[in-house]
Amino acid sequence: MSDPYITIIGLEVHVQLLTASKLFCPCSTKFGAPPNTQTCPVCIGMPGTLPVMNRQAFELGLKTAVALNCQIAPFTKWDRKNYYYPDLPKGYQISQYDLPFSHDGYLEISDPKGRFENKRVGIIRAHLEEDAGKSMHDEAHGKADSRIDLNRTGTPLLEIVSQPDMRSPLEAKAYLTELKLLLTYLGVSDCNMQEGSLRVDANVNLHIPQSDGRLAKTPIVEIKNMNSFRAVERALEYEAQRQYDVWQEDHVEIGKRPKQTRGWDDAANMTRGQREKEESSDYRYFPEPDLVPVTTTPAQIEKVRASLGELPAQLRARLEATYWITAYDSDVIVNQGRPFVAYFVELADAVKDGKTAANWVTQDVLRVMNEKNVPIENFPVRAAALSDLIGRVQAGDFNTSRAREVFVEMLAGKSVAEAVAALGIAKVDEIELIAMAGEILAANPKIVADLKAGKAQAAGNLIGQAKKRNPNVNPGRFREICLELAGKM
Amino acid sequence: MSLTDRTAAELLADLNARRVSSAEVTQAFIEQIEQHDGQVKAFLRYDAAAALKRAKEIDQRRAKGLPIGLLGGLPVAVKDLICTQGELTTCASKMLADFKAPYDAAIIEKLHAADAVFLGRTNMDEFAMGGSNENSAFFPTSNPWNLECIPGGSSGGAAACVAARMACLSIGTDTGGSIRQPAGLCGVTGMKPTYGRVSRYGLVAFASSLDQIGPLARTAEDAALLLEAIAGHDARDSTSVTTPVPPYSKTVREPLKGLKLGLVREHFGPGLDGEVEQAVREAFKVYQSLGAQVKELSMPHAKYGVATYYIIAPCEASSNLARYDGVHYGYRTDVAKMNARLADEAKQLQAAGNKAALADLDNSLVRMYRQSRAEGFGPEVKRRIMLGTYALSAGYYDAYYLKALKVRRLIRQDYDDAFKEVDLIAGPVTSTPAFKIGEKSDDPLAMYLVDLYTVSLNLAGLGGIAFPCGFSSGGLPIGLQLQGPALEEERLLRAAHMFQTVTDWHTRKPPL
Amino acid sequence: MGCTFTRNTNMALIRQDVEKVSLLGRLLLNPEELDRLTTQLGGIVAYIEQLAELDEEIKAKQVQPMAHAVEMTNVFRADEVQPSLDRAQALANAPQHDEQFYLVPAVLGE
Repeated sequence: MSDPYITIIGLEVHVQLLTASKLFCPCSTKFGAPPNTQTCPVCIGMPGTLPVMNRQAFELGLKTAVALNCQIAPFTKWDRKNYYYPDLPKGYQISQYDLPFSHDGYLEISDPKGRFENKRVGIIRAHLEEDAGKSMHDEAHGKADSRIDLNRTGTPLLEIVSQPDMRSPLEAKAYLTELKLLLTYLGVSDCNMQEGSLRVDANVNLHIPQSDGRLAKTPIVEIKNMNSFRAVERALEYEAQRQYDVWQEDHVEIGKRPKQTRGWDDAANMTRGQREKEESSDYRYFPEPDLVPVTTTPAQIEKVRASLGELPAQLRARLEATYWITAYDSDVIVNQGRPFVAYFVELADAVKDGKTAANWVTQDVLRVMNEKNVPIENFPVRAAALSDLIGRVQAGDFNTSRAREVFVEMLAGKSVAEAVAALGIAKVDEIELIAMAGEILAANPKIVADLKAGKAQAAGNLIGQAKKRNPNVNPGRFREICLELAGKM
Repeated sequence: MSLTDRTAAELLADLNARRVSSAEVTQAFIEQIEQHDGQVKAFLRYDAAAALKRAKEIDQRRAKGLPIGLLGGLPVAVKDLICTQGELTTCASKMLADFKAPYDAAIIEKLHAADAVFLGRTNMDEFAMGGSNENSAFFPTSNPWNLECIPGGSSGGAAACVAARMACLSIGTDTGGSIRQPAGLCGVTGMKPTYGRVSRYGLVAFASSLDQIGPLARTAEDAALLLEAIAGHDARDSTSVTTPVPPYSKTVREPLKGLKLGLVREHFGPGLDGEVEQAVREAFKVYQSLGAQVKELSMPHAKYGVATYYIIAPCEASSNLARYDGVHYGYRTDVAKMNARLADEAKQLQAAGNKAALADLDNSLVRMYRQSRAEGFGPEVKRRIMLGTYALSAGYYDAYYLKALKVRRLIRQDYDDAFKEVDLIAGPVTSTPAFKIGEKSDDPLAMYLVDLYTVSLNLAGLGGIAFPCGFSSGGLPIGLQLQGPALEEERLLRAAHMFQTVTDWHTRKPPL
Repeated sequence: MGCTFTRNTNMALIRQDVEKVSLLGRLLLNPEELDRLTTQLGGIVAYIEQLAELDEEIKAKQVQPMAHAVEMTNVFRADEVQPSLDRAQALANAPQHDEQFYLVPAVLGE
């Protein structure tokens, strides 16, 4: 039985670019400054001020667009988007309208758990624009005034608009996760939704197969105010069902109702309609007279492409192929960022066992990192030390669960040797083994006779005795020594 | 001859030779202001004490033999829409009546570095919108040649104060003719440089792709001096050109040999006043007597200049003035009264059962914007905001704004074609001499047509200069305009100076 | 849908259009002003319509719009931080503030 409807999802993502200064003025973009302490006449929109483009912002945008496989416009221009709101001091936002600097790219998404087929999500365009300020409403206290902070005004934003290619909330989440990963790998944004450096709006409608074979399409709804990837997922799940319920009631199709905007209410777990006045969507776009156009040559694009470095998708593929790890494991490792990948690679190369290295980093190392909120750069056990530990397990000095105990000691700062000693699991050395064997054999003439008679299993008893003396006795080696010595007795 | 009758160049020579001090010069102009500005009303405000203090400081430095800037202690009046740190910059509007800029415009920094003495802030049409100075929110300025007449606009105050010898140098701005037209009507020399020649950083924007700051003075030589002080690239203005600034004040006196002047057929039509036409044609003869050749040519798109300008300028202005919303600076309406009125309106609509209107009623924020702007702006500003908003709105962009930008290119092409044949274009600045204050107030379109001869230059982005070439039988100045190719300010100044060496229109003094 | 105007074939501005534009431009006009502006703007727009005479020439020559007076490209600044205004300076011209924030009548229900 097929699904009653197909969910069509497009996502619009705004990311703040990691520049030191704002897009059009030299104010700092640092997060968390006291209100209205990072503004100047330009970003306040005072009379007589003019914008000047931040080169680094353009380059970060360009880098991103190339990494997203976009076409780069050889000639791009800036436009004014005119509307009134207290957090938009000029009464217009400088953005890009009809000639964005990049268009027609894609991002490949996949699910390591295989819940959907690998696919390419198209990207309609990526363009640069300036951010607005913040307005705060204190309804709870019945305050009559809203408070405006312009610190954020003028921060560079990259707006990335996807094609409506996603077909489930899960795909949407995967797109966001992969996009965030890509952007953090490129170093263009820190993509922190809590701090507002990554914002998501979703456009969603349904295609509903009719009995006559036609697809009925519901009106598109834009969803705003989702503050985490999980919220995006939940909002889309809710909205799809809501649209289907509404459809069953009124059968209103796309084109018969204007595009609606709804806000996600996380606490109530639902979307709510927002009343929008008609005139607010007439932005009266026109070319920004205070800024000149920007040209980009194929040579410049090539240079950018060459400087991207290995991107997440390529990295995952390489790790899987080189180290024989699963898609799931490579996903986890790459998600942690380049330094973590470097740690894994160093470890895997040293122990020559990708699977084991992957287990250790994705379970033990990662768990401790999360518990103690420590990044891999500051992790107390270096890859070399961990490879040392794993080497001991490979050599048979102790088993993996014992090794975990050693690991805990190493986290406290001990070297492998110190940890082993502290735990009292130091391998019993050859000389001691021989001495011990000699003593035990001397005390067990009957077993010696059995051994000489070819009953090798009799050594089991001797091993037991040896372990009572020192649990760290390597049973295999002790057996060999007993047999050898017995043979000479 | 009193100090105020001397040109800026003469005063500078006196200052450099220590024949006179900056304090004395400044004092002389202040006295002139005190004597005549009650009638002319060119100034919005001036601070005599501050000006004298600055003049004395420059005198002291000069006495110590320290380096002195290009303007050497000369007083300069500045149109009140150029931001000066800590000072009021009102743009002659209620909207900014209390606005003190927290920064200096680029040209203010340059004037300061050139050791100019800031004499005062001149009156203008509100937000530079107008051609008569009648649109000032405070009071109109009079033409010193006839106090019942307009001085022109929007730099009416800047032109009038120079004509009345209350300043020897002033700074104006020109978006559609706002320096050249008042210069013509007041009998002074005023120049609009090529777009990008002077930084717009700190110039309160009217129409961003058309605005330029420029000098007004009584002679081309003086205008050259002031232009040299303010021109130059500025990294804070993305449209500022990087071409080095020639030494205008040094080259202005060099005549131009073999000058080819263009006479544009379309300039001489039925609307042109007979006396103006005569004075302009005489001016061509003067140039011929100086060895110039006159060539007649056509600029077929000239007649579309006003229509093109009155789309582009209001469109850009409607956006540039959106920031005046009573939120972050500028005038805000009385919110308590406003809310009370809103509540009344809501009650009425409720009582009338008008649910639709009630739902559409402005919320407090929207009403605050609407009322602040309605109360803060004068009628001409509102008219242009409405026109621009309309022309940019959905469904009209292609027919108006986009089309105007294309006609603009055709107009520019006319100039490019003309300058293949001639070095400069000469012609009238205005169709008539100054009209009476109040004469055209009821007919905005008639007012716009006053800009007929000046707007095309702004649309093309090129440079031009206006200076007196005669007087009407009524004793009002008649101006000649020269227009030149991009960045040929030197050529314009030299050509103007040439004319002024063999004529004396520019030396006449109004009967104040 | 947005705020669209149905183009009148006779190009005359109607009062309704002028009212909509006044909201779009955030101006409050009294009935007198609305009437006056409807007439005045109508006259100006009618004058501006003469640009239609150039439609053929524009099409034939494929004339490109001229948005800038200077033909410049690629003007940038380096990504360097300069000191901002101190807060008191920034707020000095604000009609209403509480030393930290600009204050405006609350926008509720957004």
